[in-house]
Amino acid sequence: MRKNLETAREFNELLAGEEKMSQVRVLVGTKKGAFVLTSDGKRDKWDVSGPFFAGWEIYHMKGSPVDPEQIYVSQTSGWFGQLLQASTDGGKTWFQPGVKPDEGTPQWPPVKSNRFVYDSSADTGKPLTTHQWYDGTQKPWEFKRVWHLEPSLTDPKTVYAGVEDAAIFKSIDGGESWHEMPGLRGHGTGPDWQPGAGGMCLHSIILDPSNRDRMYIAISAAGAFRTDDAGLTWKPINKGLYSKYIPNPTADVGHCVHHIAMNPARPGTLFMQKHWDVMRSDDAGDNWTKISGNLPTDFGFVIDVNSNEPETVYVVPIKSDSEHFPLDGKLRVYRSRSGGHEWEELGKGLPEKDCYVNVLRDAMAVDKLDKCGVYFGTTGGQVYVSPDGGDSWKAIVHDLPAVLSVEVQTMA
Amino acid sequence: MADSTHSVQVQIPYHLRTLARIGGDVTLEVAAPVTLRSVLDALEARYPMLCGTIRDHDTLQRRPFLRFFACEEDLSLQSPDTPLPERVASGEEPLLIVGAIAGG
Repeated sequence: MRKNLETAREFNELLAGEEKMSQVRVLVGTKKGAFVLTSDGKRDKWDVSGPFFAGWEIYHMKGSPVDPEQIYVSQTSGWFGQLLQASTDGGKTWFQPGVKPDEGTPQWPPVKSNRFVYDSSADTGKPLTTHQWYDGTQKPWEFKRVWHLEPSLTDPKTVYAGVEDAAIFKSIDGGESWHEMPGLRGHGTGPDWQPGAGGMCLHSIILDPSNRDRMYIAISAAGAFRTDDAGLTWKPINKGLYSKYIPNPTADVGHCVHHIAMNPARPGTLFMQKHWDVMRSDDAGDNWTKISGNLPTDFGFVIDVNSNEPETVYVVPIKSDSEHFPLDGKLRVYRSRSGGHEWEELGKGLPEKDCYVNVLRDAMAVDKLDKCGVYFGTTGGQVYVSPDGGDSWKAIVHDLPAVLSVEVQTMA
Repeated sequence: MADSTHSVQVQIPYHLRTLARIGGDVTLEVAAPVTLRSVLDALEARYPMLCGTIRDHDTLQRRPFLRFFACEEDLSLQSPDTPLPERVASGEEPLLIVGAIAGG
């Protein structure tokens, strides 16, 4: 449509109208609660609501692409364990799926939306009982928490959960009940998986919009995996990864993948931030090539892709695995417009000195507006937005608790 | 006595009160014998959102960073079927569910 517009003025008027009509909702999970940040398409003035679930760790929250008012939240605590929360009104009110405290009557038997039990049934094939521990011994799988929630692309009541110890669960009733997809743990390489410093977590879940049967997941420290039959069977997709800190640097599994990103318009192309190394694959993960290029350091956690430009990629370089903060105290995003190798430093609006925060693996996201907005949160409690694809940055909030995750919803 | 019902007071940690939308202490009607198991069963029946937060859904094992106290006794390691002190069963003293003080 825009190609047919005759003048730049018409285009700008259209863009301004789109910005005014659109809304973005940023879902921020922190160490001490959840926050919802909203703005119109200009992404200049922001409303901040929260904290929700104050005092609890909110590892991740994400809205359904089918129904943006349906939001899922992973709420967790070292004392009280895992809880699930959901909203059906865009975050105005929350409830534990299946538990309606305002109805006045006790509910029994209770819906157990926070019950995650590994599948050990004989029917599902190969129930796996141990993985590698830090000292090389085998240790039984033990559920700890939900790291990532990925709502279905087609059904607002279907959602996937990536958990620690690493496994993937699925709910088809809006989070009221969960069932493991045991083909992942049971496919055979599990005894070689081991926890990274943050635990053995399944932190990335990517659904292929062009193929309902294809999903990608990533585990630290096991690597990336793909299913082509809707989760029945999985295979490692780590060819091309090189991790010098493991006994066999090119092993099928054991790699510490920190995050994977995909532009939905090009689902066969994946970008990966590994422990060290930034990688890409153009064949759905079958082969990976290193694209770190001129990055000042290729250690980091986040990676994301511009929603309009499938070859424009963002990372936040972190000094090293021993020093989890930016180089020289300068917080910088790096952008490649060529799908890797050549990176440009983006710093306009970001701290120039004395900045020693980290940006955790699920704490970067992009919106879907015409000028792609890029967002990331820090362990110092800042959430930054760039409404112009990374050219300039502004802190939406400065002083939240440490940010664990950032997701963005774009609404017309 | 075995057929009677007791009003038992329970104090639960702040975050669980928030979760269950409880303002203060909880008074539960618990059938005799009053034990940790019967009190927790009654608590979860009345506030199902607490299921899994104090004890495991399936094994019913106490979560590691929670403990049970009453009448200045630590009851955490006793059998869940041991009768609680009479002063708890009579409602004179509360059962305290306490979170470990740790972290920031």
